Amino acid sequence: MSAEAEVLDKPIEKSEPSEAPLSKRRKRIITDPLNDDNPITVQVLGICSALAVTTQLSPTLIMAISVVFVIVFSNLIISLLRNLIPNRVRIIVQLAVIATLVTLVDQVLKAYFFDAWKSLTVFIGLIITNCIVMGRLEAFALANKPYDSILDGLGSGLGYAWIILAVAFFRELLGSASVFGFKVFEAVGIENFPTNGIMVSPVGAFIILGLIIWVQRTKTGYVER
Amino acid sequence: MDLVNIAIKAIFIENMVLAFFLGMCSFLAVSKKVSTATGLGAAVIFVLTITVPINWVLQEYVLKEGALSWAGEQFASIDLSFLRFIMFIAIIAAMVQLVEMIIEKISPALYGTLGIFLPLIAVNCAILGSSLFMVQRDQTIAEAAVFGFGSGTGFFLAIVALAAIREKMKYSNVPDGLKGLGIAMIITGLMGIAFLSFVGIAI
Repeated sequence: MSAEAEVLDKPIEKSEPSEAPLSKRRKRIITDPLNDDNPITVQVLGICSALAVTTQLSPTLIMAISVVFVIVFSNLIISLLRNLIPNRVRIIVQLAVIATLVTLVDQVLKAYFFDAWKSLTVFIGLIITNCIVMGRLEAFALANKPYDSILDGLGSGLGYAWIILAVAFFRELLGSASVFGFKVFEAVGIENFPTNGIMVSPVGAFIILGLIIWVQRTKTGYVER
Repeated sequence: MDLVNIAIKAIFIENMVLAFFLGMCSFLAVSKKVSTATGLGAAVIFVLTITVPINWVLQEYVLKEGALSWAGEQFASIDLSFLRFIMFIAIIAAMVQLVEMIIEKISPALYGTLGIFLPLIAVNCAILGSSLFMVQRDQTIAEAAVFGFGSGTGFFLAIVALAAIREKMKYSNVPDGLKGLGIAMIITGLMGIAFLSFVGIAI
C-alpha cells in the first residue's frame, strides 16, 4: 500500500524543493485549508465524490492522492493559462483541463493498480465533478501566480485528504474492526469485537462526518448562520 | 415490467444521494428552502432524463470498442473509451446551458431563485455519476432513459425531504458547532437509515 502511495506521490513532491523558500504568507496558503478554512467542514465543498469510497482506508488513500494530484496540477495549468483564457468560456476550459487530468489518473490506476481501480469504479471519474477542484480554480488559480496556486492546491487537497482519511479510519475501525485491512482488535487480544453494520453502509459516513464537523467547528469556533 | 423495476430501484433502493453520496454539494447547499429545493430537483430530473440517453448514444456509437464500425471497416478496431470523461462532461455542460436558457425564458422567477446553482448542475456528481453507472451496467437506451429519470426523481425526493426537515429545524435548539452543515449531515444519515429499509424489497 505505501509503495503505491509513494509512486503516486512523486509528482506532487517534486514540485516542492525547486521553488523559493516558504514565506509566512505562503505557509498560510497551505495551512489555512487544513483547519480554519477546511474545504469540507467549513466551505462545504467536495463531499460528493469521495464519501462512497471511505468504507476502507486503502481505497480512500488512493482517492485522496488522486484528488491532491488533480487539484495541484489543474491549479498549476489554469494559473499558467490565466491570462489567455477568455472569461466567457473559462468554465469549459476548466472542465477540459480537469477531465484530462482525471483521465490521466484513471488510465494510470487502470494500468498499474488494477484492483484499486476496479474497487473505485465510477468514483475516479467523479473527481471531475468534485467541487473543490473547480472551486479552487475559480477562487484562486485564475487570479494568482503558478507557484502560489500549487501551494493552494496542495493545501486544499490535503485539507480534503485528512478529513476523508479520518472518516475512513473510523468507518473501517468500527465497521470491519481493522485498519488498512489489519485486524487491530484481534491483535490486542479482543476476539469478538462487535462490528457495527451501520458504519459499512452509507449512513455511517454521514453521521461520522457530521460528528467530525461538530468537533472541528467547536474547536475553531465557527458558527453557521 | 423491467423498466418499472429499474425506475423503482433508482428512486428508492439505490438513491443517488442516500446510497451513493452523489450530488451532495448542491444537496446540502440548496436544501434550506423547500421552494428552491423543488426547483433544483426538477432541473436535475430534466437534465438527467436528457443526458443519460444522449450519453448512451455517444457511448454506443462513438466511444465503445468497435463502436465506430458503422463509419467503415478501418474504424472497427478503434477503442475511444478513454475519452469517456471528457465527452460526457461536455455533453452535460451543453445540456445544462440549454436548460438554463429554457428556464430563463419560461420562468424568470425560478431562474432568479436558482441563481448560481443552475450552472453548478454541470458539476453535480449525480449527473455524471448516472451516465457512468449507465455505462457500467450495460443498459439499453430505454433502460438508460428510465434510469436517468429514476435517479433524478430520487434526488428530487431526497432534496425536498431534507429541505422540509431543515425548515422545521429553524425552531430547534441546535448546539452551535453543529448548526448548518453538521446537523444536515446527521439528518441525511437518519434519512439514509429510513431508505435502507427499501433494500430488502425483492423486485
